[in-house]
Amino acid sequence: MKLLVNFSRGKGRKPIIAQVVRDTGVLINVERAVIDSSEGEALIDVPDDQCQLVRDSMTSMGATVHLLENGVNLNESECVDCGACISICPREVFSFDPDWKLSLDEKRCVLCGKCVDACPSHALTLPV
Amino acid sequence: MHKSISQINERIRDGSARVVTAEEMPAIVAELGEQGALKEVDVVTTGTFGAMCSSGAFFNFGHAEPPIRMERIWLNNVEAYGGLAAVDTYIGATQQSDTREDEYGGAHVLEDLVAGKSVELRASSRGTDCYPRRTITTELLLENLNQATMCNPRNAYQRYNAATNTTDRTLHTYMGTLLPGCGNVNFSGAGLLNPLSNDPHCRLIGSGVPIFLCGAQGMVVGEGTQHSPAGGFGTLMVTGDLKQMSPDYMRAATMTGYGVTLYVGLGIPLPVLDIDVVRATAVRDEDISVDILDYAVPSRNRPVLRKVSYAELRSGSIDLNGEEVKTSSLSSFRRARKVAAELKGWVEQGKMQLALPTRPIDAKKVSRPMHQSTLGPRVLDIMDRQVVSIHEDEEIKTAAKKLLKGETNHLPVINAAGILVGIVTTFDISKAVANPGKAHLVKDIMKTKVITAKPDEAVDIAVQKLEKHNISALPVVDAENHVLGILTAMNLGKLFGGRWLK
Repeated sequence: MKLLVNFSRGKGRKPIIAQVVRDTGVLINVERAVIDSSEGEALIDVPDDQCQLVRDSMTSMGATVHLLENGVNLNESECVDCGACISICPREVFSFDPDWKLSLDEKRCVLCGKCVDACPSHALTLPV
Repeated sequence: MHKSISQINERIRDGSARVVTAEEMPAIVAELGEQGALKEVDVVTTGTFGAMCSSGAFFNFGHAEPPIRMERIWLNNVEAYGGLAAVDTYIGATQQSDTREDEYGGAHVLEDLVAGKSVELRASSRGTDCYPRRTITTELLLENLNQATMCNPRNAYQRYNAATNTTDRTLHTYMGTLLPGCGNVNFSGAGLLNPLSNDPHCRLIGSGVPIFLCGAQGMVVGEGTQHSPAGGFGTLMVTGDLKQMSPDYMRAATMTGYGVTLYVGLGIPLPVLDIDVVRATAVRDEDISVDILDYAVPSRNRPVLRKVSYAELRSGSIDLNGEEVKTSSLSSFRRARKVAAELKGWVEQGKMQLALPTRPIDAKKVSRPMHQSTLGPRVLDIMDRQVVSIHEDEEIKTAAKKLLKGETNHLPVINAAGILVGIVTTFDISKAVANPGKAHLVKDIMKTKVITAKPDEAVDIAVQKLEKHNISALPVVDAENHVLGILTAMNLGKLFGGRWLK
């Protein structure tokens, strides 16, 4: 499951992710992370059955954790099935089905948002 | 064997015509042979659905009371042409809103009208004896217009070159988002379904030929602007009644960083008159090739990286210099198919009969670039030739003195051979002085990745470099990277009031 973790780096610059990995023993896959001097946001992928454990552990360390159930959202009534998003996506979320209809493998999405800008039809949005 | 257009139309009228799409045709010809296909098939329908910027529509609003001779006209804050009599206008698809920029444009106005939404007309005039009114604002629906005639100067490109980007930054172009380092290849076009690719010698497509245009029955006006069929880039000017159109086949869109455009669905039914038509309509994606152009070069003549067929482009990835690169289409093959299928239905049901051109289109024409009577300003016209540079092995202090003495903020750094190897700015020097460390020499603090300009480069290209990299000076170098001068933001001032803006 994908978790969006936000943390402030004010208090002693704790290595939250490393700490959680050590405490829980869960191997965390960091899909995307933006960390600067004061705060950080990381999109992590953890096994479904250990999700709660990781969440609790991170929350106890002062991080805010959101479960990301959805990947990028496709508005089918706006989409014209051009495929501009296909080559832009670093995770191969998009492909054509045999009828050249755009299909989405939402699970692969790491919400980087690159496709949102590349879509000429404004058919893609990130979940808020 | 030869079939006449009246024989084909007779079959369409009695419902016995055999109609296939251009996608089905290659297999039919392979199975039945050319003669067999000629006997079997009466009509081949084509279709394309892609971004066609050169589109728009004529409107007639009818007269207001008291009447106005509209001189400036806006529809939902998108300016339309005001030089067509009193209450006529033309709105272009790529014209952008005065208030919403590339979020909304002429294409969106057309789509809103077709979708049944109301659009605000605002117009102004200086007022005349016969047209006293000076301003008007009113909400209009498509049904309120006397005429709403789509007329697109350049549609249905026979094929279109693919695009990639060898620079190290993302480019936003009318060919979509191009990732750095040839990260992707974008292309456009319906390949084997494209109308002109199925009639490359323009034997069947010409003035007066009935077409499918955005869901309406339209017509070919004649050759499109920039029509260049000799090189395989034919285009068509087409027209159709906006009131008959459907939002399924026309969509406003925005190419990020480029602007507004209109996706147009267009198809042409082709009568299978003789063996030459059979051969032309048997064209496959494998047979239609385009160049992959490098959009890194901001010039009319972009370097060709390789030739590629639509079959390769549509496969999802291609080989580019030994690397597998993902491809993206900007046009929709699914909707192109829908256009060809819908058109097939029209002909089968007798809703559309075919016609030969009343006036042929020249199939040998070549489009020329713009005649420019004067060249725009080049870098060498305004650059500073008195450039102060410094050797990479000099001390930082020397650089500071040179900057002061030269009254400049930028010092190009050269090596023993006089070749540009870096640049230092007053900022770099201040930083080195404020945080004294191990750095003593210019080469310890210089930036080695220098953005440069060439002397014969257009000033606009150099300005774009300054903007993109957020810098204020460009060393001007020759082919061997010798410094010839420097172009700073200050030099740009020479453009104003000078001979270039006359």
